[in-house]
Amino acid sequence: MVLVETRALVKQFGAFTAVDDISFSVKRGEVVGFLGPNGAGKSTTMKIVAGFLEPTSGQAFIAGHDSREDPIAARNHLGYLPEGAPAYPDMTVGAFLEFVAAMRGLSQARANERLAELAERIDLEEVWNRRIEALSKGFKRRVGIAQALVHDPDVLILDEPTDGLDPNQKHEMRELIRTLAPTKAIVVSTHILEEVEAICTRAIVIARGKMLADCTPAELLARAPARDPDVHQLVRTTRLEDAFRHITLEQAGS
Amino acid sequence: MDKVLLIFRREFAGYFATPLAAVFLAVFLGIASGMTFFVAGFFDRAQADMSAFFLWHPWLYLVLMPAIGMRLWAEERRSGTIELLMTLPVHPWQLVFGKWLAAWVFAGLALALTTPLWITVNVLGSPDNGVVLASYIGSWLMAGAFLAISACISALTKNQVLAFIGAVVAGFVFVMAGFDLVLSAVRPWAPDIVVQAVASMSFIGHFQRITDGVLEAPALVFFVSLIAFALWLNVQALDARKAA
Repeated sequence: MVLVETRALVKQFGAFTAVDDISFSVKRGEVVGFLGPNGAGKSTTMKIVAGFLEPTSGQAFIAGHDSREDPIAARNHLGYLPEGAPAYPDMTVGAFLEFVAAMRGLSQARANERLAELAERIDLEEVWNRRIEALSKGFKRRVGIAQALVHDPDVLILDEPTDGLDPNQKHEMRELIRTLAPTKAIVVSTHILEEVEAICTRAIVIARGKMLADCTPAELLARAPARDPDVHQLVRTTRLEDAFRHITLEQAGS
Repeated sequence: MDKVLLIFRREFAGYFATPLAAVFLAVFLGIASGMTFFVAGFFDRAQADMSAFFLWHPWLYLVLMPAIGMRLWAEERRSGTIELLMTLPVHPWQLVFGKWLAAWVFAGLALALTTPLWITVNVLGSPDNGVVLASYIGSWLMAGAFLAISACISALTKNQVLAFIGAVVAGFVFVMAGFDLVLSAVRPWAPDIVVQAVASMSFIGHFQRITDGVLEAPALVFFVSLIAFALWLNVQALDARKAA
């Protein structure tokens, strides 16, 4: 079942085209990784799908609802973690999540049940009564994830969920995404290539607003150019890095 | 409506989460009473009314209401929380109205804290309490108009200082609309009817009629429709930023 679909999305900021004809779809059970250099249009695409920005042309659908024509229905199926995991710094973790739950229309009983579940699953119990401004980066990120999961949505859009986390926290976040994956359609953006291999069932490479690849991580690997054994590598690269560099630099050169 | 109240509650509590509320209330009460007693000469007038108190409200609000309203949207945009807010399953007008309501009730709280002055006047003499009540209502409505303008301008920027300055300038035009400073800028190029229309936008004109004891429909309609219009513009500003 297709839960996220975009059709020929284009977003222009003045004369600059940030997103250029992007079409893809994500089914339940899939975890799609958005890969690309900084400023490639990953975040802009996610903002359009989440309904925060309107596309210049094209359409985005969440669970079959057009994000522009039927925004409320689309948003009811969506959990969104914006870049940098913003949250209200003056609220406590508990108050913030209760606010989101109420805004999402959860009944008091259902909210209590969900929040208790999330607090345990995402390990927020020890900071529940602390102000968000006093939290470490890792906890802030977790609050952002919890906020996106409050209403148990079908679709998760996570903009750089592991950015700024230490290796252990990254691992936990990836495990969480893996456990959520079977029941949801998930889109994750990252520029950490190993993450794609670790959690994604599909990778979409975007650079300069254009989609350069939409394939499985294995297929992406296969696109790495053959190494010349005589050339000494100053910095060791992985095969995935080779593929990524090959695809994105080829476009830059053309 | 329950979504509006949720936004209202969060936003209203937000004022008290920092020293902002305490500082604002102290400054408001300090300036309001300073103006009343020293500038307007409350005691020298030897009259049992509160016109010396209300006289300065348009000027007081011109600076203080933008200070409450500037953060409403600019802060959300700067911190990125606007992305959370605008992707929740709510209509933008619910957000706009809830936020404005929080600022307006906060302004009402500041105004309510001036009631000791009302009590004092009643102890010293016998004022026309109907006029005083009308003036309080008029003053609160005028504060609402300043706040709606501030909120609308706050939605255009992520810089609170810019939002503040923009709101003061816009408010100044409305306060001065009945005076030559503004009218002489309009008169040379606009037909008479436009000049009259601009003059009728004067906050001071409408507010003065209320404090004179005439709580009549035109002044109330003026402030209420100005608030509604500014909040509508606020929604449009949010939509425009989406498509930008």
